[in-house]
Amino acid sequence: MHALTLGVAADGLAGELAAHGVAVVHQVHHDLLADYGPEAWGESVAQAVRVLLPGSVLACGTDRGNEVMAQAAARLDVPFVANVMSVTAADVWDVTRVRWGGSLLETCTLTADVKLLTVSHHAFEAAESPVAGTTATLSVDLDPALARTIVAERVERAAGVTLATAPLVVGGGRAVGSAEAFAPLEELAALLGGVVGCSRAVTNNGWRNHTDQVGQTGTRIAPDLYMACGISGAIQHWVGAMASKKILAINTDPEANMVAKADYAVIGDLHKVVPAITAEIRRRRG
Amino acid sequence: MKVLVCVKRVPAPGAKINITADGQAVDTAYLAFTTSPHEECAVEEAVQLVEQHGGESTVLTLGPAEADEQLRYAASIGVNKAVLLPIDSAEWDPQRTAAAITSAIQGIESADGPFDLILFGNESADAGNFQVGVRVAYALARPIVNGIKGIEINGDSITARRHSDAGVEVYTMPMPAVLGVKEGINLPRYPTLKGRLGSKKIEVGQVVPQGVLGGQQMVSLVQSAEQASATVMLGNGPEAAPAVVDLLEELGILK
Repeated sequence: MHALTLGVAADGLAGELAAHGVAVVHQVHHDLLADYGPEAWGESVAQAVRVLLPGSVLACGTDRGNEVMAQAAARLDVPFVANVMSVTAADVWDVTRVRWGGSLLETCTLTADVKLLTVSHHAFEAAESPVAGTTATLSVDLDPALARTIVAERVERAAGVTLATAPLVVGGGRAVGSAEAFAPLEELAALLGGVVGCSRAVTNNGWRNHTDQVGQTGTRIAPDLYMACGISGAIQHWVGAMASKKILAINTDPEANMVAKADYAVIGDLHKVVPAITAEIRRRRG
Repeated sequence: MKVLVCVKRVPAPGAKINITADGQAVDTAYLAFTTSPHEECAVEEAVQLVEQHGGESTVLTLGPAEADEQLRYAASIGVNKAVLLPIDSAEWDPQRTAAAITSAIQGIESADGPFDLILFGNESADAGNFQVGVRVAYALARPIVNGIKGIEINGDSITARRHSDAGVEVYTMPMPAVLGVKEGINLPRYPTLKGRLGSKKIEVGQVVPQGVLGGQQMVSLVQSAEQASATVMLGNGPEAAPAVVDLLEELGILK
């Protein structure tokens, strides 16, 4: 197993890669790889494939991983399978991959001289398997025109807890009813050091900004506890919430999908239950 | 400016996605269809860009004849022209799809002149292959960046914003260009009655899709395994609050 790292900034990964079984790390250095650029990165992968002739190339199924591998596949004119869960390698590979953000799986065949794929989030644990790794420099020839898609400017995120990293998320759905009616959810979240999330119905109604949306087309969350208030649990929302360690559903409908899938549930109106929880926390804290 | 937006017709599932008995497709007998969410926002963005900068917008889809519905939805909120690449199934593999869309775009551009901007959704809601837009852009020798949640036109160049865990990445590229947009770039409008009526009258152009089978071929669909766990009921109504707070303490959330 060999690895490819792009840009000087990634050179420091060599030790960790050897600890995970990588015999040779090919380090690509080029002025156009100083910051992220999907075309320059994808072209570098494509050129590395032409030189190193691997049987397969794997990357992580992140926004960048999928984007760079799609670029490499387009340049090599080969297939690319995104978000893979498992592989049976033969001449033609049998691959299982994620559809619908993780609620369905697709089995497919992959026929190609070089097989490009990305691995779905959390499909595998990173296991240590130390080898004596070496590094080699790989040079690439990049068209200066590819500078056109390199990050030109960055705006750093303000410090603080985000939806993606919060230990507690209090989510509200259509049943919350209005933008103003999120105030009790905000109050509870603030009391517990968490943040407020919402379903797609809420953002489509304009009640909250899309940055608060938990779901397939919003943010994937993984808090210690997700309190899903008045959320029915449609596929779109569920795939964004399913990595939560524990889920508490608060819903008037005991048959709601979110109630069935949750670890804990309270059957009742969120407008009454949420303030009661806040009051109980205040009472215990004195 | 001339803007093209490429969309996909997808089922609109509720709480569960059922699969047909032969395992070949999502059972859509009781489902409505919609424009894949990122692409719904791409359609809105195309309309807004033309409202701001003048010009015209075109919507294109490769899909079954029924995808006419998604083309007319786009027209109902203000897209000017529509093109269907009809296929006999719900979808083609991503390489074949990209080849067919590329060839259709080349055909349209050689007759009517180039598009300044082509929009795709970041990925389709159903297949999620994350590559059709990238392949089309590469074949057309145009720049593309995915994950875009903000577009600004400045003369011949485009500034595009992409959100990451670290903040916002800003890209500036010359037109013609291609962008993969994400939901959140805007809030799509609802069609007006006038828009709906108008959309029934537009002529949908048809292009016979050209493309050979790619190296990734679907065999079947299966449900992902879900561990069935019994839900612990903490009670009914506000009286359940003490049990909820006990749980918050037990999980270490309330310290």
